[in-house]
Amino acid sequence: MVNAIKLHDEDNVASVFDLVEAGSTVLVVDKKGNSYELKVEDNIPYGHKIAIAEIKVGEQVTKYGEEIGIATSVIKVGQHVHVHNIESIRGRGDWAKANEEKK
Amino acid sequence: MSKHTFMGYVRKDGSVGTRNYVAILPSVVCVNEVVESIVHNTNMTQGIIHHQGCCQTPPDLERTTECLIKIGQNPNVGAILIVSLGCEGVDTDRLEAELRATGKPVDRINVQELGGTSRSIQVGMDKAQALIREIAQMQRTEVDISHLTMGIKCGASDTTSGIGSNPVIGYVADKIVDLGGTVIFGETTEFIGAEHILQRRARTPEIADSIKFIVDRMEDRAKAIGVDMRKGQPTPGNIAGGLSTIEEKSLGAIVKSGTRPIDGVIEYTDVPKGKGLWVKDSPGREIELMSGMAIGGAQVILFSTGRGAPQGFPVVPVIKICGNPITYERMIHDMDINAGLLTTGERTLEQVGEEVFEMLLRVASGEVTKGEAIKYNKSMDFYMLGPVI
Repeated sequence: MVNAIKLHDEDNVASVFDLVEAGSTVLVVDKKGNSYELKVEDNIPYGHKIAIAEIKVGEQVTKYGEEIGIATSVIKVGQHVHVHNIESIRGRGDWAKANEEKK
Repeated sequence: MSKHTFMGYVRKDGSVGTRNYVAILPSVVCVNEVVESIVHNTNMTQGIIHHQGCCQTPPDLERTTECLIKIGQNPNVGAILIVSLGCEGVDTDRLEAELRATGKPVDRINVQELGGTSRSIQVGMDKAQALIREIAQMQRTEVDISHLTMGIKCGASDTTSGIGSNPVIGYVADKIVDLGGTVIFGETTEFIGAEHILQRRARTPEIADSIKFIVDRMEDRAKAIGVDMRKGQPTPGNIAGGLSTIEEKSLGAIVKSGTRPIDGVIEYTDVPKGKGLWVKDSPGREIELMSGMAIGGAQVILFSTGRGAPQGFPVVPVIKICGNPITYERMIHDMDINAGLLTTGERTLEQVGEEVFEMLLRVASGEVTKGEAIKYNKSMDFYMLGPVI
């Protein structure tokens, strides 16, 4: 079974270090060595993230115990977490430009 | 002297080179091909092929002059040949004077005065030959590791960089700082989203403010373009490798700076003002970042990668540490250390960290990296602030 590494207690995502397929199961492992099995909902490439908690639209995505972006659609447990469902809140020149245009 | 030493070239100013090169410095982009010809036909020479020096705003011309001076002052440079066109915007007289003040042998040619390209290549080769013969008899002597300034960099990152290769560099960075050496890290863009962690490590409140200042300045520069910076940072390669946002990339990137207090923040053209751990304001791209490290006096660079970044630097050895075990095998002729064994859990951080530390001392003493052996070291430039005009 492929491991999904959870780097921090507060994280709602874990990283997989192999290609995992929808319908398979990964072992979510934390730094203390605790682990549990989780059903995978999407195909997930090497090095990518899997949701280990449900994340609602606009909610923070947490890795290393820190904010790495916000969800742009509801992310269910076991789903692939990446650019299709999360976005950055930093370096957003497009937001700055939209705010300018509103004024 | 501690038990950790390396064999280096002691310069007149007390700095210590890990290499002994004649740097061929073009004072402007327009003479790059003259420099390339001289380098191609001589031993022990390295060309500093950049793309600046004319038709820029005065602050950037001053910046280019300063970059060239600092590269010539780098301890790995034993002698310098300046190649001038004759009408550049760089202050070539000041460049020559400041380099002569180091006590290193310096010579200069002027392409317009010599009557063109072919004559300049001939005269340049003759002058380079004399400089090479002047410094070639220098011997390495044993010096303490505290004479070492190490630059650090991550490039072509993926998810493994943050958990494999960057922690390994962080381990070595802590060790160098603890042994009285100097570490420079930069890539300000890759502090965005992680600056609060770095600020907590600042030795003083003023240093914490400086970190915030350079991050805001870099973010504002990116935002001024009016678009989401994603695809510029993180890059398409980072995204394919699993990094979704700049915050995620940054949180993995800063791990390479280790855990010690940050002793100060310096501008791109500056040298650290003491030993310890220093932040240099610089962008994330390899060619400008590694120049910034050499400008800061780094005699060796540790370079972390996941997807596989092959670049070296002309006068500074670059050790490639790969966090992705698949990439390591695929690009084994570019990668020096397999930190993928940490990613897979086959080795501990201490095991891979000590392997890198030992290699660092050997490379500082003359062992060539894989990249040096195949001369992948010519892609570089200086980081400018304003437009080409």
